[in-house]
Amino acid sequence: MTTPIDAHVHELGMPAFDQRIADAVARSVELGGEKQTTLKAKDLKTDQEVRWCPGCGDYVILNAVQSFLPSLGIAREDMVIVSGIGCSSRFPYYMNTYGMHSIHGRAPAIATGLAASRPELSVWVVTGDGDALSIGGNHLIHTLRRNVNLTILLFNNRIYGLTKGQYSPTSEIGKVTKSTPMGSLDHPFNPVSLALGADATFVGRAMDSDRKGLTDVLRQAAEHQGTALVEIYQNCNIFNDGAFELLKDPLTGTQWTIPLVHGEKLVFGPDGASCVVADGAGGLRIAETNQVEESQIVVHDAHRTDPSYAFALSRLSSQDLRYTPMGVFRSIQKPTYEAMMADQLEDARSGQPADLAGLLAGNDSWTVEA
Amino acid sequence: MSESTPSTEPTTLTQASAPGGLVKSVVQLDRVVIRLAGDSGDGMQLTGNRFTSETASFGNDLSTLPNFPAEIRAPTGTLPGVSSFQLHFADHDIMTPGDAPDVLVVMNPAALKANIADLPGGGLLIADSDEFTARNLAKVGYAENPLEDGSLDGWQLVSVPLTSMTTDALAGSGLGKKEAERSKNMFTLGLLSWMYHRPTEGTIRFLERQFRKKPEIAAANIAAFRAGFNYGETTEAFAVSYEVKPAPMAPGTYRNISGNQALAYGLVAAGQRSGLPVFLGAYPITPASDVLHELSKHKAFGVRTYQAEDEIAGIGAALGASFGGALGITTTSGPGVALKGETIGLAVMTELPLVIVDVQRGGPSTGLPTKTEQSDLLQALFGRNGEAPVPVVAPRSPGDCFDAAIEACRIALTYRTPVFLLSDGYLANGAEPWAVPDVESLPDLRTEFATEPNGPDGEFLPYLRDPETLARPWAVPGTKGLQHRIGGLEKADGTGNISYDPANHDFMTRTRQAKIDGIAASLPPTEVDDPDGDATVAVIGWGSTYGPIGAACRRIRRSGRSIAQVHLRHLNPLPADLGDILRSYDRVVCPEMNLGQLSMLLRAKYLVDVQSHTQVRGLPFRAAELAAVLQDVIDGAATTADPVLSGGQS
Repeated sequence: MTTPIDAHVHELGMPAFDQRIADAVARSVELGGEKQTTLKAKDLKTDQEVRWCPGCGDYVILNAVQSFLPSLGIAREDMVIVSGIGCSSRFPYYMNTYGMHSIHGRAPAIATGLAASRPELSVWVVTGDGDALSIGGNHLIHTLRRNVNLTILLFNNRIYGLTKGQYSPTSEIGKVTKSTPMGSLDHPFNPVSLALGADATFVGRAMDSDRKGLTDVLRQAAEHQGTALVEIYQNCNIFNDGAFELLKDPLTGTQWTIPLVHGEKLVFGPDGASCVVADGAGGLRIAETNQVEESQIVVHDAHRTDPSYAFALSRLSSQDLRYTPMGVFRSIQKPTYEAMMADQLEDARSGQPADLAGLLAGNDSWTVEA
Repeated sequence: MSESTPSTEPTTLTQASAPGGLVKSVVQLDRVVIRLAGDSGDGMQLTGNRFTSETASFGNDLSTLPNFPAEIRAPTGTLPGVSSFQLHFADHDIMTPGDAPDVLVVMNPAALKANIADLPGGGLLIADSDEFTARNLAKVGYAENPLEDGSLDGWQLVSVPLTSMTTDALAGSGLGKKEAERSKNMFTLGLLSWMYHRPTEGTIRFLERQFRKKPEIAAANIAAFRAGFNYGETTEAFAVSYEVKPAPMAPGTYRNISGNQALAYGLVAAGQRSGLPVFLGAYPITPASDVLHELSKHKAFGVRTYQAEDEIAGIGAALGASFGGALGITTTSGPGVALKGETIGLAVMTELPLVIVDVQRGGPSTGLPTKTEQSDLLQALFGRNGEAPVPVVAPRSPGDCFDAAIEACRIALTYRTPVFLLSDGYLANGAEPWAVPDVESLPDLRTEFATEPNGPDGEFLPYLRDPETLARPWAVPGTKGLQHRIGGLEKADGTGNISYDPANHDFMTRTRQAKIDGIAASLPPTEVDDPDGDATVAVIGWGSTYGPIGAACRRIRRSGRSIAQVHLRHLNPLPADLGDILRSYDRVVCPEMNLGQLSMLLRAKYLVDVQSHTQVRGLPFRAAELAAVLQDVIDGAATTADPVLSGGQS
């Protein structure tokens, strides 16, 4: 069974209980050659026909992810994509990595178990506004607070697409849909505010059609140690077409988008006419740049430990998307759940050898002689 | 053997002289059932567990029945707050915690009122007279003090001021009165330890260990414990002490173990024997939480425990870990199973190993959280959408939870399937002596991970099955060249790609069923216990009814009749030989702590006229009552073709 274990943690080596998994991986490399960490976008495509509606924003996101992932230098067999249910959750079928298309809302829970027991893997969750914020809301907030090392891509199209057009938890109040012919009564969630409320260590937002901005946020999210939530505004051209047009249109987009760049002043709009300043009540407000002192303009700091600032940023936007910050709201360092779990296992292992016979016999056994 | 029969006439063995010139006699008994009852805050469970440990280490066979309310601390002194612990110990092999106590210890009027009806006339009743105050009596509706009004004349009443004797004994300890009073359970334990000649070193060691950081509390409890023992030795109130000799047991190392502990150890052992890390995803729920508590102590064995945000996340994380190559486990009780159903379906579809431990309790809904029942069998078998077959394994005794857990893991790993392990509250909290197994003799659970492509063109086919077990390959992330996608949508045979093809769905549905049905081929022949070999009536059960049914069968056989006992470990698939076995008897009776779930299955599957006898009282069957039911069936079988059953038929 187990061998006595050296007391020095760092000399413990591979724990026996993880050895068989490591052996299988090593054997596959022996048989199939070294893992390839220099990939091209096409290496990540599968033979499965992509079955999203023509013109869906999901295509753009898939292409961006496939183009960007190779730059991380991770072999495709070391990547796992776990999804829930919904249009976006078909994503794993189109990625030549390991994947699980699971059940509605539960992807963060499933991915947590995988990431916690296999910290060496790069684990991604692909979800949507209904999947992550309605049925799976509980798992999302708890995953964020635990800081499991996952990258969560939340495709927000502000509608239920796969069930053919009901309002979602991010739909604007008053939204007329099949299930709300007189308009939705629900106040929507702001996913970024929600994530920050759960003390997420990384929160970003990007637009499906903005390849550069999306790639930039994805890269930072992927490099982040801990749970990274990226809200991706995604157009559903069938049930909610044009939902983000205000931000996509070159003219209005500049006016209403607040680009977040760490270390830079929050100035935006045509000719930098608008800016973000403190509102004097602990929050932030929009001001006209020429009406304030330059020193009053907030310099974006994504590394603030207290999430209140990032939360205030997230509250600048209204449900009609005016004043929408795009980029990385928050990126701070905290120990990850699986690292702390691994530490506890290692501490336990170095403290007492795993002696099954001793465990079973316990402290109060007695012997009946023959 | 005299399971649950009135003891043979006690024999007075010795006359011993105690300090103070008292002459005390020692009476030899073959078995005793003691019930301790008090307020939830009185420490009855702890006292019972300690007495059990002393008894186990003395070498008696034993069986216990803890019985406590779901409320952590119901109002003091009230009937809902009464907690009890029953222990049956004997100089021979026994199977149940006993139908009724021989000795009842009550710590207050509520405990008396709630338990006195169970004490047979003439039984020994020990009461803490200090707690029979006007206020406490009024709380439970006693107009007069029953210790003084003659209403308990039918029993051997011994009133002992346990509380004040405890505080007197601790007068110099520096503890306040309230704190000192809390040691009255240890005083009581000391008294009982004297009465039954229990070894005391274990309890003293336990108290020292338990209160390592509070030496004054440890000292007070030990002082109270010794004071109780010495009181027994010197008082005139107890002229007799009792001896129950050790039971003959097969050579080996033994320990006392509860069902939940044995179950947790089985899971640790399965991890060791499979060489896989164990991952437990769980949400706290009575009566399963102790498995989570126990497993969380064993990180050195590579056991990762994850207390999830809810039942669904618990099983989800376990399934995710299984996808990564771990032995994924989730523990829960009936209400939690209801929540996990969709994920169990996903595990059926993705064909990954997973063990779902359901420590059953009274239902439906929140039901009776701390009481036992066997009413989740059909939920385990059928509580999912679609055709979603899941193997079901059930332990029969506290110690057997260890072997059943290993068997559940064997099936999960070999056949790549979720497996239900159906324990129950009685097994979970009950305890018995357990022969510690030799680690090397435990089953070898190693299974192989896929490491290379298996398709004709060098591709990997995640749903290409092992021809014998029909299990699909287990290719864990990180394995080069075997990237694949699984999920809840129907899979194409072989490739595992999404398929809506009608013929494929029909094929895959039947194949998943065939895989589970095929497990029967790996099971040993069903054991039929028919020592006389001429029984015409068989009794069949599953799970924790093993003890009461077995005890009832012994009674039947002692009365000169024959009966065959079959007890199922596997509820799905059922053993291949079971139909022939059942058909070979004139009558088959199936006692269950539900309204007839197994009997319905057996009737449906084998067209055998199984007679159901059921009870859902939150408590195990009483052996005497079961024996009467079985006797009626046997007598009926001899005289008429119609079944004759006592009440409780469904």
